[in-house]
Amino acid sequence: MTRPTLRQATGPAHTRILGLGGVRGELVVTNDDIAGPIDSSDEWIRQRTGIVTRRRAGADTDLVGMATSAAEAAVKDAGLTGADIDTVIISTVTHPHQTPSAAAIVADRIGATPAAAWDISAACAGYCYGIGQADALVRAGSARHVLVVGAEKMSDYIDPTDRSISFLLGDGAGAVVIGPSDTPGIGPTVWGSDGGQAQAIRQTHSWLQWRDDPSLGWPTLRQEGPTVFKWAVWQMAPVAQRALDAAGVTADQIDAFVPHQANMRIIDQMIKQLKLPETVVVGRDIADTGNTSAASIPLATERLRREGLVEPGALALQIGFGAGLVYAAQVVALP
Amino acid sequence: MAYTEQEILTGLAEIVSEETGLPAETVLPEKSFTDDLDIDSLSMMTIVTLAEDKFSVTIPDDEVKNLTTVSDAVTFIAGAQS
Repeated sequence: MTRPTLRQATGPAHTRILGLGGVRGELVVTNDDIAGPIDSSDEWIRQRTGIVTRRRAGADTDLVGMATSAAEAAVKDAGLTGADIDTVIISTVTHPHQTPSAAAIVADRIGATPAAAWDISAACAGYCYGIGQADALVRAGSARHVLVVGAEKMSDYIDPTDRSISFLLGDGAGAVVIGPSDTPGIGPTVWGSDGGQAQAIRQTHSWLQWRDDPSLGWPTLRQEGPTVFKWAVWQMAPVAQRALDAAGVTADQIDAFVPHQANMRIIDQMIKQLKLPETVVVGRDIADTGNTSAASIPLATERLRREGLVEPGALALQIGFGAGLVYAAQVVALP
Repeated sequence: MAYTEQEILTGLAEIVSEETGLPAETVLPEKSFTDDLDIDSLSMMTIVTLAEDKFSVTIPDDEVKNLTTVSDAVTFIAGAQS
């Protein structure tokens, strides 16, 4: 008996971002609000991070709720309904359930059931990982309209006395819908990892260690700030350049640069390393939203668009980088 | 070709001046990066990275905290040259 030849799916040649939406935590937290326990000051925090305020969610606002609101805004912006979405990917490291995924719940809440749904864990690079996955899924014919959400409630995992990372962090969710396009709208994703530096950004201890020794306290986040700064600038700028090269564009041909909103000092140094001309608009949402991990790039993009600094079709270089260490970058056409 | 300690001092002073805006001639060997030159941890990493590039040496992140003065950095860089 001869075996039949399997049929394999193929999809459209091109994809793009069809719609965008975002929500920020409802609380405005100033530097003065958090400076006391870290023996710091508004001036010290501004000088080292560029953060003036950060947005955090209150006790009644959960991650799935923020993700759902951002998702609904993105689907509406795309001119679609929940029923049009056949795949939901949520990038998060702060969903407080091991299982089920946030994605399956959000898919149900927006009326996308039975969309394929899963969460990805790629920290601050997660949104760009999601874009890479969505682009590939649509072009492979595995999906038609993919909802990608970066959603974090970082404030559930901070230690007010930690001087390494907690004071940077904010809460929010940003979402996009990826779908077929007549023209190329998502450049190749340049991505990777370096688990040898897993300790550079980390959780203080595991859930099991906390279970077995409650005196350790609730696990929270820490980072080796100077090490991460050095890596982010001098290792990630070349990754961003590779994303430009892979997309076939040069720094003076893009309209916007939207890096992960980790620290304004990192953003400023990356601009220098990439030799971006002043004509390139830069996402600087960190100044009053803080570092929202996977949500930071779509939120910064949403803000650029809301403030009229980018128009539909504008080319944006985006790069996410964070705990893992992991990174991903691509050039996208904005909706 | 190895750099002399004087060449390293001169080059390092230029890097510090570029990063901080301080005149290069004020970057003297006995100066403390933090106490005298008011250089924070992120600026220090920028200086270290530029120095690594300029002098073709590796300065491990763990070593940076031991570089208290300009002289400490010059001595380390001189010794790290192969």
